[in-house]
Amino acid sequence: MTPDQHAVVARILSARQQEPGALLPILHDIQDQLGYIPETAIADIAFAMNRSKAEIHGVISFYHDFKMSPPAAHELRLCRAEACQSMGSDALAAHVHACTGIDEHGQTADGQLAVRPVYCLGACATSPAMLVDGQLHARVTKEALDAVLQPILNKTTGGAA
Amino acid sequence: MSMRYQIFVPCDSIARAVGADQVAAAIVAEAAKRQITVDVVRNSSRGMFWLEPLVEVSTSAGRIGFGPVSVAQVAALFDAGFHTGATTHAACIGEVEAHVYLKSQERLLFARAGKTDPLSLDDYVANGGFAGLQRAVAIGADKTLAEVQASGLRGRGGAAFPAGIKWNTVKEAVADQKYIVCNADEGDSGTFADRMLMEGDPFLLIEGMAIAGLTVGAPEGYIYVRSEYPQAISHLEQAIKTAVAAGFLGSNVAGSGKAFNLHVRKGAGAYICGEETSLLESLEGNRGLVRAKPPLPALQGLFGKPTLVHNVLTLASVPVIADKGGAYYHNFGMGRSRGTMAFQLAGNIKFGGLVEKAFGLTLRELLEGYGGGTANGKPIRAVQVGGPLGAWVPPAHFDMEVDYEAFAAKQAMLGHGGCVVVDDSVDLAKMAQFAMQFCAEESCGKCTPCRIGSTRGVEVIQKIRLNQQRDENVALLEDLCETMLHGSLCALGGMTPFPVLSALRHFPQDFGLGSKEGQS
Ligand SMILES: Cc1cc2nc3c(=O)[nH]c(=O)nc-3n(C[C@H](O)[C@H](O)[C@H](O)COP(=O)(O)O)c2cc1C
Ligand code: SF4
Ligand code: FES
Repeated sequence: MTPDQHAVVARILSARQQEPGALLPILHDIQDQLGYIPETAIADIAFAMNRSKAEIHGVISFYHDFKMSPPAAHELRLCRAEACQSMGSDALAAHVHACTGIDEHGQTADGQLAVRPVYCLGACATSPAMLVDGQLHARVTKEALDAVLQPILNKTTGGAA
Repeated sequence: MSMRYQIFVPCDSIARAVGADQVAAAIVAEAAKRQITVDVVRNSSRGMFWLEPLVEVSTSAGRIGFGPVSVAQVAALFDAGFHTGATTHAACIGEVEAHVYLKSQERLLFARAGKTDPLSLDDYVANGGFAGLQRAVAIGADKTLAEVQASGLRGRGGAAFPAGIKWNTVKEAVADQKYIVCNADEGDSGTFADRMLMEGDPFLLIEGMAIAGLTVGAPEGYIYVRSEYPQAISHLEQAIKTAVAAGFLGSNVAGSGKAFNLHVRKGAGAYICGEETSLLESLEGNRGLVRAKPPLPALQGLFGKPTLVHNVLTLASVPVIADKGGAYYHNFGMGRSRGTMAFQLAGNIKFGGLVEKAFGLTLRELLEGYGGGTANGKPIRAVQVGGPLGAWVPPAHFDMEVDYEAFAAKQAMLGHGGCVVVDDSVDLAKMAQFAMQFCAEESCGKCTPCRIGSTRGVEVIQKIRLNQQRDENVALLEDLCETMLHGSLCALGGMTPFPVLSALRHFPQDFGLGSKEGQS
């Protein structure tokens, strides 16, 4: 961790560590502020929470949301659950695959775009749905997908990592 | 005197996902250009999502609706005088509350949907809010419990366990600390009622939890919201602050002399954390591994203390029961399914949205009456009711009445009330494979039938679809389902066979087997 990152983690730990069951809020706070949870933060978290590093690792790896490497510049999450499938999300996923080479989950080599599935966004009456950089889109068409995807891809050097 | 016009544009996250923010901004800009004074209120959604963004205008004859409205239509709407309540524009749907979709519903939970600003305590109180809490304080814990028991309310999270029994268990438990936990993990595809309620009427959930806390003697509450619902989290957090400031939460709830403090916690993208014991592990800061029962969470739940765990809609049903009495609530429904159910019409459906009705209507009334059939006009081939662990129901069963027992009799389940409609282009063998895949990905890993069985299930269905030793593999799939059904600790492993076997039973031709569609 950089000294700055270290200070962020220390601040979050001292603010939260007395709360009952504080580990998930702590991990969320760290990821919100640093974009991911650095490997080297784990020792600090373990020490503050009086738990083993292995335990902290176990918790981080259990949850799909937590990342241990720096995030891509942009993130596209297509809903792959049943309601969105019934409205053509598989075709949207195939289009993303055709444009990026990323199948279900992965990122472009230059770190511009990460693609990650999501299972239901609560938008199932206006399917298909997707999240782009945290922004929810519903009734997504191939054109609407391209309108957000192509500008990101124009910045990339292309190719899946 | 210059006129002020009141215009409503929903702030529901789905309305926003289809352009409500841009429409609201365009209305403000266009009004300014025309020197018309408008107050734009960001209300909750009515739950008629095919009409979103649904813009409403306040008139002496009620609210007039226009939808779905695009930014490009805003100037023409002003040209047509929509802000004065003129109904000539083609997007006009007339008086919103007279719309047949809404008028025929029985909205107890969603009574305020679309009418109020979700974060306005004044709106909430002016529309009946906190009357239930006040009555609960006035009649005391024993009588409030008796109302909940008399209501016949059952858990809306899936298992439909009688709420009164759980409340009594927690109330009777002797401990130095007790908790109320709201399960707002709503991970099922086809469901959005919890989201709508938390975003659109957060004070209702707060009120229900406060009543529960006072009744069972729990001074602390947690709402565990999935991370996919950021707006629900922010609306709850803001509403909690307001409720604390107004004395409806905190150290002296509504003058009762008793405390109830409420905290919001965010999930982290694990479907299994909707299972109540996994959720408790997660709240404690652990991996979401399912706990064996007993001990029941009602006796040893969060941090080992007696804990009342309920779904959002169960807790949000409590204020009306406390206010109007258990008998009032019990008058809705049929058999052992009392009150109203918030059905969610989703997937390939023309009029997708929220339909709150007393139990006892038929699936056909829901899907064809309210839903209007598929979005593209093709025949409905099947509906999956109750989320990814729910059965695929063929049209031959659409005339059954919707209640917990009738569904169970058909090896289906109502679950959280989500209905995902598919047209005749669906491949139900593929959907069965998806169900196994989902189970494999989301399994907490504690039991072998779920963890290994689901991965095997994906391979076996794949082979069936590719016609590799089809008959042997169908037999193998049935065995595998049997093992998962009986050898799993929780319903993820234990009920994944429901969508798989229902697809196989009702749609054998999708698996390359020759018998007639739709037979049971
Ligand atoms: C895999 C799995 C996922 C579940 N997901 C949810 C959920 O997202 N929301 C919910 O309220 N209940 C969910 N449940 C049901 C809960 O375990 C529990 O029965 C419920 O929270 C009890 O509340 P109720 O009595 O109000 O229904 C799930 C159960 C299982 C097995
Ligand atoms: S059935 Fe699956 S999800 Fe449930 S406890 Fe067993 S392994 Fe975990
Ligand atoms: S299934 Fe995609 S939003 Fe619910």
